[in-house]
Amino acid sequence: MAEKRKKKMGIKQRYSMLTRGLGWDTTYQPMDKVFPYDNYEGIIIHDWEGWEDPFRLTMDAYWKFQSEKEKKLYAVIDSFAQNNGHLGITDARYVNAIKLFLTGVSPLEYQAARGFTHVGRQFRGVGPRVACQMQAIDELRHVQTQVHSMSHYNKYFDGLHSAPHMHDRVWYLSVPKSFFDDARTAGPFEFLTSISFAFEYVLTNLLFVPFMSGAAFNGDMATVTFGFSAQSDEARHMTLGLEVIKFMLEQDERNIPIVQRWMDKWFWRGTRMLTLVAMMMDYMLPKRVMSWREAWDIYFTEAGGALFADLARYGIKPPKYADIATKEAEHLSHQAWHIFYNYTHAAAFHTWVPEKEELDWLSEKYPDTFDKYYRPRLEYLDKEEKAGRRFYNDTLPMLCQVCQIPMGFTDMDDPKTISFEVSEYKDDKYHTCSLGCKDIFDYEPEKYVQAWLPVHQIYQGNCGGTEIEDVLKWYNFNMGADNMEYKGSPDQKLWDEWQAHRKKA
Amino acid sequence: MSRTVSITLQNNDDARPIIEAIKKDNPKATFNLYPAMVKIDCDGRLIVKQETVEELLGREWDVQELHLSIISIAGNVDEEDEYFELSWNI
Repeated sequence: MAEKRKKKMGIKQRYSMLTRGLGWDTTYQPMDKVFPYDNYEGIIIHDWEGWEDPFRLTMDAYWKFQSEKEKKLYAVIDSFAQNNGHLGITDARYVNAIKLFLTGVSPLEYQAARGFTHVGRQFRGVGPRVACQMQAIDELRHVQTQVHSMSHYNKYFDGLHSAPHMHDRVWYLSVPKSFFDDARTAGPFEFLTSISFAFEYVLTNLLFVPFMSGAAFNGDMATVTFGFSAQSDEARHMTLGLEVIKFMLEQDERNIPIVQRWMDKWFWRGTRMLTLVAMMMDYMLPKRVMSWREAWDIYFTEAGGALFADLARYGIKPPKYADIATKEAEHLSHQAWHIFYNYTHAAAFHTWVPEKEELDWLSEKYPDTFDKYYRPRLEYLDKEEKAGRRFYNDTLPMLCQVCQIPMGFTDMDDPKTISFEVSEYKDDKYHTCSLGCKDIFDYEPEKYVQAWLPVHQIYQGNCGGTEIEDVLKWYNFNMGADNMEYKGSPDQKLWDEWQAHRKKA
Repeated sequence: MSRTVSITLQNNDDARPIIEAIKKDNPKATFNLYPAMVKIDCDGRLIVKQETVEELLGREWDVQELHLSIISIAGNVDEEDEYFELSWNI
């Protein structure tokens, strides 16, 4: 091979030219007034230069690679739309996972862009500031590319027309929304621990990797392409997450208990939010890649195990309640699907009882729990539906004060008893779904008593009116199209017509 | 205790020589194929060497081109002009 043109500077040097020497100590105003947020959380930083830049992408390299990714992605999106890619998916039921993604996850990308823009201003060290600002640009790209990719489905399927509006109002979407609201209203170091570490490093793999592989398996070329394109940025974000943790831990040992508490809190909040993904993987992919349980074993038990063993040298322990979360992996998707089956008349996507082969798959993947607890219930619901008595639950559920999920989860050692915790604060009672959520409430009750709980708000008359129909109008639902059982939905009707046409052709 | 480091790459034309290079330079690595992607695990340490990828590609290859194909990683990152390495300090 011809002799290579040697670059004048090495990669570390190039990156340090980008990030160092840009900051200065202010003189007109004291530094603490210019950066008022980076020390009130109690994190002590002695030397901001101790920050190790994770990936070393300089601006020119960043634009070069990002533009190449965009070109590839948009070639696929265009080709998917031009060639009626939606006809190639395995089944129209699959699109319901996309509806949940667009309304529940994509708005979080925008929240992340806002969050990183904010903290990218608040650190007095230039290394983390540059890293946060670059991540903010990535996150903006993610929300844009996701909306562009999924907009194709909006031409044919219901429930995809008002994602941002729904994200701010609909009961189950308050679960992901409140997660990010909680993170963005914390201090900058807690924000990075929650989003960059707990969410990006420990948990997003569970969303973006096996689920996207599942999208590919189900013929959804557009989604898998935006998913992997976003995930190529996530690899950098994960590295930022690990770096910020190590930076805090190395700076001062008094930071250790603070970081540990944040890890415990955000791990638990994250696993609660991923309940939605558990259900998407086990119930909403017609062709399945792996079960939620298997994904949990690979991405939390194994990958997380190595990560926390690595952090043990700083005195960090695996997150509190990780053992409970691992037990939950056997139950979570089934319990969540049941909640949505109950309330699908108030959801902007359809639910259904899985077909026989799908139930068999679940029996095989969950040998200890599915046949014992969940299959009989689904078979009963199926029988009821076939007899013309499709069950909808007309009583609004009580929500957990912290994660905002309906209080339908059970005790993991006794799946016949609902898990239920109570805290008292200023003479009022507050209910949480688990010890994990109760700990979070008890540590910062003043924050969580302010939670905008959809069910409370409905009963207080703040959501469009007193009848369920008023509320759904306020959500901007197209009644009878966006909501209700999949069987008999306009989505199914259209899909069946396409299939009949294909057979005829 | 698991010490597995891991890299997940797209299963496409850009990534194939990288996957091949990883095979050559990390004899202990295991390769798990899933739809559209491959997850490569290795005990303790895993390296992607520029030299090996360039030999397989027959052209110059910037280690940062990895960004076009990467889906996920697990491990501490060391990124240099000549290599990309993941490791755990356990």
